[in-house]
Amino acid sequence: MAALRIFLTMCRRPSVAVALAFIVIVVVASLLAPWIAPYDPNEQFFEGLTLEGAPLPPNATYWLGTDLLGRDLFSRIVYGARTSLIIGIVANGIAVVIGTLVGITAGFVRGWLGMALMRLTDLMMAFPALLLAIALAAILSPSLWIVALVIAMVNWVQVARVIYSETISIAAREFVAVERTIGASSLRILFSHLLPHLVPTILVWATLGISTTVLLEATLSFLGIGVQPPLPSWGNIIFESQSYFTSASWLVLFPGVAIVALSLSFNLVGDALRDELDPTLKGRR
Amino acid sequence: MSVQTEQEAARSLLSVERLAIEFGHGARRRRVVDELSFTLQSGRTLCIAGESGSGKSLSALAIMGLLPRAAATPSGAILFKDQELLSLPERHMQRLRGREIAMIFQEPMTSLNPMMSIGQQLEETARRHRIAAGSGAHQRAREMLEAVRVPHVERRLKQYPHELSGGMRQRVMIAMAMLTNPKVLIADEPTTALDVTIQAQILELMRDLQREFNTAMLLITHDMGVVAEMADEVVVMNQGVVEEQAPLRQLFTHPKASYTQKLLAAVPRLGTAGPLASKTERPVVLEVDDLKVRFPLRRERLFTTPKEVRAVEGVSFRLHQGETLGIVGESGCGKSTTGKALMNMLAFEGSARLNGQELNGLKGEALKAVRRDIQMIFQDPFAALNPRKSILELVGEPLLIHHRLALHEREERVAALLEQVGLPGDTMRRYPHQFSGGQRQRICIARALALKPKVIIADEPVSALDVSVQAQVLELLETLQRQYDLSYLFISHDMAVVERLCHRVAVMYSGQIVEIGSRDQVLHDPQHAYTRRLLAAVPVPEMDSRRDFKALLEAFESPNPIKPHDYIAPAQCYIEPNAGHFVAV
Repeated sequence: MAALRIFLTMCRRPSVAVALAFIVIVVVASLLAPWIAPYDPNEQFFEGLTLEGAPLPPNATYWLGTDLLGRDLFSRIVYGARTSLIIGIVANGIAVVIGTLVGITAGFVRGWLGMALMRLTDLMMAFPALLLAIALAAILSPSLWIVALVIAMVNWVQVARVIYSETISIAAREFVAVERTIGASSLRILFSHLLPHLVPTILVWATLGISTTVLLEATLSFLGIGVQPPLPSWGNIIFESQSYFTSASWLVLFPGVAIVALSLSFNLVGDALRDELDPTLKGRR
Repeated sequence: MSVQTEQEAARSLLSVERLAIEFGHGARRRRVVDELSFTLQSGRTLCIAGESGSGKSLSALAIMGLLPRAAATPSGAILFKDQELLSLPERHMQRLRGREIAMIFQEPMTSLNPMMSIGQQLEETARRHRIAAGSGAHQRAREMLEAVRVPHVERRLKQYPHELSGGMRQRVMIAMAMLTNPKVLIADEPTTALDVTIQAQILELMRDLQREFNTAMLLITHDMGVVAEMADEVVVMNQGVVEEQAPLRQLFTHPKASYTQKLLAAVPRLGTAGPLASKTERPVVLEVDDLKVRFPLRRERLFTTPKEVRAVEGVSFRLHQGETLGIVGESGCGKSTTGKALMNMLAFEGSARLNGQELNGLKGEALKAVRRDIQMIFQDPFAALNPRKSILELVGEPLLIHHRLALHEREERVAALLEQVGLPGDTMRRYPHQFSGGQRQRICIARALALKPKVIIADEPVSALDVSVQAQVLELLETLQRQYDLSYLFISHDMAVVERLCHRVAVMYSGQIVEIGSRDQVLHDPQHAYTRRLLAAVPVPEMDSRRDFKALLEAFESPNPIKPHDYIAPAQCYIEPNAGHFVAV
């Protein structure tokens, strides 16, 4: 009930409504890809290339044009939505969960455990993320889920750092000390008083992180250790065709727009959610 | 310049005419200052007095041309030496600012650049305004620090702001402001963040400098005591409107506006509190013996003896049922630390017994059980309430934690508690930011009362509130005490408030109690030098009692609380000049 009310008030902002609509479209597209996509994403059409072998620009048959191998770009983007969403949501979700757990534990419990966790985080930060991802991906043979896991392993570090410092600053606020004087247990303080203050930060990371995750997936795909072709993802579509940017700009443009629109949508929704969950902002907008 | 024109100039060095300041646009437009007019003359002091939200600080910023961008001045004029300041371009204003009109702010730490030494900052000011250059600037900086009586000038010049105490920093700010010998000095609550004895020093200093340089001073304050000590003329503001404007004597003897009368009546005055019945024959509820709080410091080098801050050094007292024991002292004396130790928020040595039960070393369930009997109210009601929780959740939380009350029972109890502290019960669905400071403190009191405690430790509970609100909250505390036979440990720096509320008073100085006894013994017949000094510094909102703070001007060196770990403090000895009145020797 409360969730529905929050949802409805959020939709009152036009930008948020558009963003939500876009997310729904992408989710639906990825679920119903076989029915929505006009062609098989991996089928190489003979008539999909010009006689010189160049890809076709958008036209009536291939709505968004074709790629370097004569495959239908629209179908590939629709199927790619599946990959990108899974990577974006799952990988980033795992990263945020790990980062939050580590950050809160280190910031709230402190002591030797906190020390150990934060030194581990520092170590991970100092280590080149890409190198780590390459190493992990090389050991575990790449598949969609492994790529998601690898990305999560690399991305939780920043979240942990931010949540750690937030936790420390909130735990130092006077109302937390007051809670102790009325007899509140540590768990109660953590869940009832600290966590609600961390929600905005967590939400921002959960939404902002999606765009970086999608891009990291694209990078890994480009290096040959990400999602393996021919399985399409928005990232690997761009990287496959980036050297043809001047002659076939649509190949980069459409998946690029999709990535930007998706991450922007998540950001907008995340912002709105954060504001909605903050009672001190009520009636101020 | 002929004598006549000189007098002319003196008559109106700075005049503000029908100034209005507004915020916001369209329907949300709000007028925060309305029709403010006054004139300022050389060598005279005008005080703008008012409570928070009265628009007094904004008026000062308007004169400096430093109003926030969102503010507009739809009408009015500010004339300084026949120049209209409101329409003066920023480039010209910059030349006046600091050179002709200088300003000092409440918080000297945030007004000084932490990355520059005191000397650099003073010299920069001298150079920027072309007062002096090269070694002349250094010379000038020295002179000014001497003028504000900063001891060890050469050393201070090399120090950074964080190395100085609050009072010393404010002296540096004044030195910086006076360096250019400005015609007008605007001081916005210059002593509010300081202890009373330091406040007295700064006020004395400002008087001195004004006499010497013939500066016109605009002093903005909420403290009627400071007004009485400093002002020649007073403007009383309330909610942006000028309530009254009169010479000091007239304002204090015959206040015309009802608001001024109310304000003056609300100011607690030292020496005016009525008699209080002694409670010492009642049973003791809290017994504190040889309480010590020490904070270990990190070793500077390997193999050196570790050092520690001795915040509280052997404090002992008894608190009787239904009694209020005041703990007074200046910042850093250990009074708040004592309160926190008794709440088990800090580890401490020594013994504290609540109804015979030892508090030291309590943990887990035993500690939780004790919390039902001892609760605390904090200074800052803004910080003490979680902004994301509703009042029901906040006030009801102790009931949930300790008695596991169901929601509807909690609602009933919270409504009753809120009514008891003077808030309508139906406000429980609201959030802390929707209340004013005084109301928030009431909410904190309601929360502290929820478990029906025997003892409440109140740490500066009214210091963050306006005087009129202060009086109401104090009254509430008194009523609740009578109703529930509560005992208060009332920690405060404000002597007048302590006098009004407390049956007995303990004076703390550098971690120890130097004097303890009944209120009348300690406040009206002080024996210890420090107590006397403290009382002498309190500004009194009375005419004809303007005091000479000169004796206080010499810095009173407070002992360093940082001691080696194995240092043994000399035991404190007390004499008892009267029954129940103990004074450290």
